[in-house]
Amino acid sequence: MTDVRNREAFEAAEEAAKYKWGFTSEIEQEFAPKGLNEDIVRFISAKKGEPEWMLEWRLKAYRLWQTMQSPDWAKLDVPPIDYQDAYYYAAPKAKPTLASLDELDPEIRRTYEKLGIPIEEQKVLAGVEGARKVAVDAVFDSVSVATTFREELKKAGVIFLSISEAIREYPDLVKKWLGKVVPTQDNYFAALNSAVFSDGTFVYVPEGVRCPMELSTYFRINAANTGQFERTLIVADKGSYVSYLEGCTAPQRDENQLHAAVVELVALDDAEIKYSTVQNWYPGDEQGRGGIYNFVTKRALCQGRNSKVSWTQVETGSAITWKYPSCVLAGENSVGEFYSVAVTNNRQQADTGTKMIHLGKGSRSTIVSKGISAGRSNNTYRGLVRVGPTAENVRNFTQCDSLLLGDQCGAHTVPYIEVKNPSATIEHEATTSKISDDQLFYAMARGLDQEQAVALIVNGFAKEVLQQLPMEFAVEAQKLLGISLEGSVG
Amino acid sequence: MLRIEDLHAEVDGKPILKGLTLALNAGEIHAIMGPNGAGKSTLAYVLGGRPGYEVTGGAVTFNGEDLLAMEPHERAAAGLFLGFQYPVEIPGVSNVQFLRTALNAQRRQRGEEELSGAEFLKLARTQADALGLSMDMLKRPVNVGFSGGEKKRNEMVQMGIIDPKLAILDETDSGLDIDALRTVGEGINRIMRTPDKAVLLITHYQRLLDYVRPDFVHVLAAGRIVRSGGPELAHELEREGYGAIAA
Repeated sequence: MTDVRNREAFEAAEEAAKYKWGFTSEIEQEFAPKGLNEDIVRFISAKKGEPEWMLEWRLKAYRLWQTMQSPDWAKLDVPPIDYQDAYYYAAPKAKPTLASLDELDPEIRRTYEKLGIPIEEQKVLAGVEGARKVAVDAVFDSVSVATTFREELKKAGVIFLSISEAIREYPDLVKKWLGKVVPTQDNYFAALNSAVFSDGTFVYVPEGVRCPMELSTYFRINAANTGQFERTLIVADKGSYVSYLEGCTAPQRDENQLHAAVVELVALDDAEIKYSTVQNWYPGDEQGRGGIYNFVTKRALCQGRNSKVSWTQVETGSAITWKYPSCVLAGENSVGEFYSVAVTNNRQQADTGTKMIHLGKGSRSTIVSKGISAGRSNNTYRGLVRVGPTAENVRNFTQCDSLLLGDQCGAHTVPYIEVKNPSATIEHEATTSKISDDQLFYAMARGLDQEQAVALIVNGFAKEVLQQLPMEFAVEAQKLLGISLEGSVG
Repeated sequence: MLRIEDLHAEVDGKPILKGLTLALNAGEIHAIMGPNGAGKSTLAYVLGGRPGYEVTGGAVTFNGEDLLAMEPHERAAAGLFLGFQYPVEIPGVSNVQFLRTALNAQRRQRGEEELSGAEFLKLARTQADALGLSMDMLKRPVNVGFSGGEKKRNEMVQMGIIDPKLAILDETDSGLDIDALRTVGEGINRIMRTPDKAVLLITHYQRLLDYVRPDFVHVLAAGRIVRSGGPELAHELEREGYGAIAA
């Protein structure tokens, strides 16, 4: 009897430990009334103290959204979403602006500490050569709660703040670029985001400036029944460079929550943006209950000559992922890169990939996608390479590798290639493999237990992508891959 | 050190080992020889704990403990090393990373301190040098693009780094040219020829035994040990073939 109870307690503890970011923070929250209508859009805009043009922009988007349909072309089984049964604004009750981080609600601070996110002003990352600094913007449900290193960045001329603040403080810059890369009418979720986005990050790197540190945003959904609709806009002016990281987690809940973000990047002449994501939203339980719907539109405009944008993503979380970080390569000799690892386990579904739209002469793109499927999950790579009629001498290289664990999961590769200029060189390679019993036993015979062996083999499979991540995040991502696949073999 | 008593095992429902009995003491090297299909590799896999190799009878103890009750990684941590006939490729994982992860996993299981990167590299360099493998090769993915001989030498480098109590070497000599055979033989002697260790050499041919002189030679046929003797038995087998002896 005791044994049985011990085992049950042990199993319960193990279950809880599986998604270790699944805790909820008890914070006094302020909500908008449930549901979505023009009044809610006005409420959000008013809460943010936005100018009239911004409210109009949102309302236009809202009206457009009402006429649109949810996309259904992806290989995803998306249950109907009741958009009236959710909160579109949740904010920790606190002073709207903080004079310093000391004023931050200690409970929020503890949440981020639990998550291992450095909010302290002078966080020096241990073990990293030259003790690099990372500036962090932390978004808690609907609002940005802390942005660090702002002064130091200002000295370099870099603007790094929440998008709400940017709309108030740098309206011209925001107005110039917001919605230019991802227009409101682009798709259903982009329109929804444009109407109700509550916060996010804005970065502007001026001409010739190499951003002195990594910039990072940490997104956390805490409140129940709340959607998170963040908006990120990064503009790299001529000859500038910036590396930006985002990380995401959410508490473990039985109901599904919607995350519909829009990220827009603009790179002018000779500018480079490196954008890295470690996405670990709550994936739902083994039966597929709960989890985040991650419907995200990310696009970069490589407008300038020799501009470059590199997307790196490690996607392990979310019940459903619909996400295609893309590059519009308009500038001559511009470069787009997409490096992706997508892991699905249990009942997770992912349909993710990229679009490389070559418009500029001599533009080049590289796509490396590594899909890992386990359990009863479905993992699809969907990618478009398009070469416009006037884009001479374009090059693309695409490599899609799928790794299967077990025999109940699915891996799919759906490449679209549209070439309107005969001078283009397009290469596509695809492989599908299984973790072999030989590999597992070999690693186990050397002393690794089964889960360590799986983690090691999977990390080897994903290495080309992981090595694109900034070092401190690469280590985290490696651990995350192992954790996401626990219990997937045997 | 290792006691195998009346071991029966099957693969896919087909009996392969049919009452195998064998005992190895510390300080001893035993060679198991036998024709194809006798059950040599099955014996190695059963001792290593490979899934799919089902023990249907008998017992195996390793230093007094029930070996068959242990998971493969626990057997490794207890000091058992299995040298593979066909070492496996693991793309994207460097030898150094693989071995350091494995060694530290074993050390953790034994409650020992983990080795730092620098300590590990020093150890790896020593072992690689001794077996004529460059550090560059150790930095390459595990066995990927290695020749047959390089894979086998790499197994010996692994054995040297892991420093086991008992090595079960499954046809470590197959696919080796004469120089590599000597290097591998010397490796086995250097790493394992000590009073507190033991080796079970599984081989088809006598030639490795010119370099690693066994204390005992056993003939395995149809799932059982049919004859045991000293090193001279290997020569007799080479001369007369398995047919005469296993019959």
